[in-house]
Amino acid sequence: MINNREELQKAREMYAKCLMAEKKKILVCAGTGCVSGGALEIFDRLSELISKRGLNCQVELKNEPHDNTIGLKKSGCHGFCEMGPLIRIEPEGYLYTKIKLGDCEEIVERTIVAGEHIERLAYKQNGTVYKKQDEIPFYKRQTRLVLEHCGQIDSTSINEYLATGGYYALEKALFEMSSDEIINEITEANLRGRGGGGFPAGRKWAQVKRQSAKQKYVVCNGDEGDPGAFMDRSIMEGDPHRMLEGMMIAGLACGASEGYIYVRAEYPMAVSRLKKAIEQAKECGLLGENILGSDFSFNIHINRGAGAFVCGEGSALTASIEGKRGMPRVKPPRTVEHGLFDMPTVLNNVETYANVPLIIKNGAGWYKSVGTEKSPGTKAFALTGNIENTGLIEVPMGTTLREVIFDIGGGMRGGADFKAVQIGGPSGGCLSTENLDLPLDFDSLKKADAMIGSGGLVVMDNNTCMVEVARFFMNFTQNESCGKCVPCREGTKRMLEILERIVEGNGRDGDIELLLELADTISATALCGLGKAAAYPVVSTIKNFREEYEAHIYDKKCPTGNCQKLKTITIDAALCKGCSKCARSCPVGAITGKIKEPFVIDQSKCIKCGACIETCAFHAILEG
Amino acid sequence: MDNRDYMMIDGIPVEINDEKNLLELIRKAGIKLPTFCYHSELSIYGACRMCMVENEWGGLDAACSTPPKAGMSIKTNTERLQKYRKMILELLLANHCRDCTTCNNNGKCKLQDLAMRYNISRVRFPNTASEPDVDDSSLCITRDRSKCILCGDCVRVCSEVQNVGAIDFAYRGSKMTISTVFDKPIAESDCVGCGQCALACPTGAIVVKDDTRKLWKDIYDKNTRVSVQIAPAVRVALGKELGLNDGENAIGKIVAALRRMGFDDIFDTSTGADLTVLEESAELLKRIKEGKNDMPLFTSCCPAWVNYCEKFYPELLPHVSTCRSPMEMFAAVIKEEYSTSSKRLVHVAVMPCTAKKFEAAREEFKVNGVPNVDYVISTQELIQMIKESGIIFSDLEPEAIDMPFGTYTGAGVIFGVTGGVTEAVLRRVVSDKSATSFRSLAYTGVRGMKGVKEASVMYGDRKLRIAVVSGLKNASDLIEKIKSGEHYDLVEVMACPGGCINGGGQPFVQSEEKEKRGKGLYSADKLCNIKSSEENPLMMTLYKGALKGRVHELLHVDYAAKKEAK
Repeated sequence: MINNREELQKAREMYAKCLMAEKKKILVCAGTGCVSGGALEIFDRLSELISKRGLNCQVELKNEPHDNTIGLKKSGCHGFCEMGPLIRIEPEGYLYTKIKLGDCEEIVERTIVAGEHIERLAYKQNGTVYKKQDEIPFYKRQTRLVLEHCGQIDSTSINEYLATGGYYALEKALFEMSSDEIINEITEANLRGRGGGGFPAGRKWAQVKRQSAKQKYVVCNGDEGDPGAFMDRSIMEGDPHRMLEGMMIAGLACGASEGYIYVRAEYPMAVSRLKKAIEQAKECGLLGENILGSDFSFNIHINRGAGAFVCGEGSALTASIEGKRGMPRVKPPRTVEHGLFDMPTVLNNVETYANVPLIIKNGAGWYKSVGTEKSPGTKAFALTGNIENTGLIEVPMGTTLREVIFDIGGGMRGGADFKAVQIGGPSGGCLSTENLDLPLDFDSLKKADAMIGSGGLVVMDNNTCMVEVARFFMNFTQNESCGKCVPCREGTKRMLEILERIVEGNGRDGDIELLLELADTISATALCGLGKAAAYPVVSTIKNFREEYEAHIYDKKCPTGNCQKLKTITIDAALCKGCSKCARSCPVGAITGKIKEPFVIDQSKCIKCGACIETCAFHAILEG
Repeated sequence: MDNRDYMMIDGIPVEINDEKNLLELIRKAGIKLPTFCYHSELSIYGACRMCMVENEWGGLDAACSTPPKAGMSIKTNTERLQKYRKMILELLLANHCRDCTTCNNNGKCKLQDLAMRYNISRVRFPNTASEPDVDDSSLCITRDRSKCILCGDCVRVCSEVQNVGAIDFAYRGSKMTISTVFDKPIAESDCVGCGQCALACPTGAIVVKDDTRKLWKDIYDKNTRVSVQIAPAVRVALGKELGLNDGENAIGKIVAALRRMGFDDIFDTSTGADLTVLEESAELLKRIKEGKNDMPLFTSCCPAWVNYCEKFYPELLPHVSTCRSPMEMFAAVIKEEYSTSSKRLVHVAVMPCTAKKFEAAREEFKVNGVPNVDYVISTQELIQMIKESGIIFSDLEPEAIDMPFGTYTGAGVIFGVTGGVTEAVLRRVVSDKSATSFRSLAYTGVRGMKGVKEASVMYGDRKLRIAVVSGLKNASDLIEKIKSGEHYDLVEVMACPGGCINGGGQPFVQSEEKEKRGKGLYSADKLCNIKSSEENPLMMTLYKGALKGRVHELLHVDYAAKKEAK
């Protein structure tokens, strides 16, 4: 139990000393990705092996320093999930990748006991072996501020959070700053909401503070619904206390004593780590009544969402916490006036709150030195698609797409050409080669008809059909529309219908114009932000890749050959030997001919399965 | 302009008073802004997006959810807005059953109306309306989900006004639908049959159950004697559809029309109401005298309220009056009167109500398995039948109702409006029977369209505390108040806001017209030469004749007993 400021400072010093005393640290990544790859079994095995070897294995940071201990920790996500399970060894800073249970013995014997590096387990790129994590291009070009602890400390221990300066920002806010000063600092830092809208957090807080209601709420949006995005999950799993600290500071600034975290139920590990973190904070007296002996009291509750994408929208989210159907409501009144339980509510997402302790600790001036003038700080992105290195990254705002894709992402996979990048989740826009030097910040992207959204980046190479991409995202949006307002419910349905017929070869003259007309109506009239943005992928692909749409509609061809129904399979008469093997492999009897004469495919029967192509020994069957 | 606040609508300055939103102000300015999901009595839902307006910066705001501000300037009729409205209508139509000619709501449908107004002459999307998805399990309403445009009006009426919540949204995206819990048939849900959802529904997705087809057969059958009673609220609600004004008392014309259609005996439910007044006042005074723990006395005329009480507050049933509703009292008497007829007897009640259809079918009101009321026809169905008969209603000469039940009092007539039952009972209970005394009863607080009214009246040396509520949400709020210790002697409950004049079976009108209906009934009361039920000479005859020794059997019912039997 930490009763006051002095005790907190002492605890921090003491745990820092204990952490320093550890001779070696093994950080087993315990993010969702690595856990599903067997990280927890690896953890147990390592623990067993180290103890067997007679070494002092410490799986939990205690409050008395012991020399010669080996700290074995479950860290948060490193973001390099495709190389998992990952292990980081300190103090050397080695990163071992794709660890199997069978590797544990070698790691203990060679690296822990003998201090050697195991080259076999290191990350390699273009023939270079990277011993240390920081040297790997994927990490080298990143600026990990919000994610600084992810992968670096024990994610399940409040002691390690304290040892690395945890709850200093809360302490400072509580004892050295007035609520106006806190809000001024956040406003001055120009912290903008990381959930998509980029609304200045300081202004939001100030509006809530102004409300006269006695009860106010701080709500954290952890309903990360974008397919492929896991920035918020990583923070909740890897550094939960940082987010709690941010929420508490928001509560302190706005006069709220209750906080709610809305986490999607598909993040069970995030839920359990948050629960544990809340318990630890309560036990330490950092949550609850009269925190650190002050008159500030704060409690945090966890609510699990049932998997509706739309519950990431503020008013749908608060409705869901209240036990109602998750549907956005009309505004005004806004959440800052009538939010959760109809009370003034600060609603920010996980990453935004995780930025708060940094700002309070280092000041707005420092924060503004990172990123761009209008979008200071960093942003985490989930990098996926046809690139060499996929994963979670954090870069200063204003970093160009080119740097992200080619330097951090290692360029296109298999040497293909870059074609497009879809940014900002399922309702984000698709940018093309022309936009590669676009700085990633709120305003630059907006100007290019795209949005930073929550930070999904799907990179596509020249084998990707952009009409199909638009169809894919429209399908997602249509399934996830709450169904409340007409333009979103009915309009996205019709857009999907048109896109489906285009990729199936039934597109009609006028379909592009009808898509644009629908998109315009939906964007202008939909009730909530999700609906308003729903048509982005279609509009941006039409803008940047209109010729692909035209090829599908007028020539009945998919330029990338991706659309199954638009393929034509033909037999090259010059190459065909008339062996009949293809005709026998055809499941629908579409191929006929006389032996030793060229065979032909009846296009009206062909289902484009490609079975004939595989069987032909003479490569006489062509697809196009 | 002086100091008054105003804003510009389409370039015209419009004064802002206490309008809650732009939509009301725009309509006040004489512009018929289209909406599907806006009802002034309900919460703002903002889903249809038809009422979008353009602000001075070119941004769009939904008029229903934007408060007016002095100095604001908006346009309601730009090229963009019209284009969007047309697209929204086209989208709705693409997913909607378009068999308008055979739809129960043909000519009354908002979607049809707006499609016409916006000149939607083609729909560019494939028709994906589902096959008819009809739930006719309820005796009161019929639902067809293929005609639903998901405006949510029914959901909000059911939960916000009636506190029933029998229906809500289910699923999402284009699969969204309106459903009962576990998608059970309506009849097995918590529905109390009030029909307010059917009134609110802009399309034909929820309509009043149609019972006219079978009734026509009986009317045309020579061996069947068809008698009919007309409820008070019906006479003031025939309105525009038949060429009258809302609130205009059309009882004489209704009688004439029914006679032409072939009804044999035509009566007025107000006579039944007189019976109810006598029985209910007696019960009230008896309960006061006995001083048992069964106060307050709740009225029992409203069948949707009785259903609600049975479903949500069964413990209160002993407080509910044992009096049958006027319709059922009168039906029992009429059936008794004609019991010796050589023809098959059929009795019809024309009601402003959908729940009456359920009440008529209750086991309690059957004799040897035959219901006392064979058909309940709503006002909407009556209008339909009059139109079907080719009668030019506005040209009809008024006629009088039939004997032997041809007299009723003003007390009976005002049953059709909230507070009317109470006022009628008070006329019976007060000792001063002068015209002045009756007139002053109107000012005790029982009149008016407010959902919750309170009044107190002296009975001897005792002060009677009375509450009058309409709308079941108001009723349940009052019940909670009573449970926490508030004392009343009499509570009048009408399920529909404003009472029967706004019943689920009435044609839908806006709130100003609703008030006219109430005024129409009070004017009808003024024209009655007998004001108090006990002075109706017919009552004496009945109590001495048909009702002698059978008052309990014919005029009372024990809802509480049914619950115990269960």
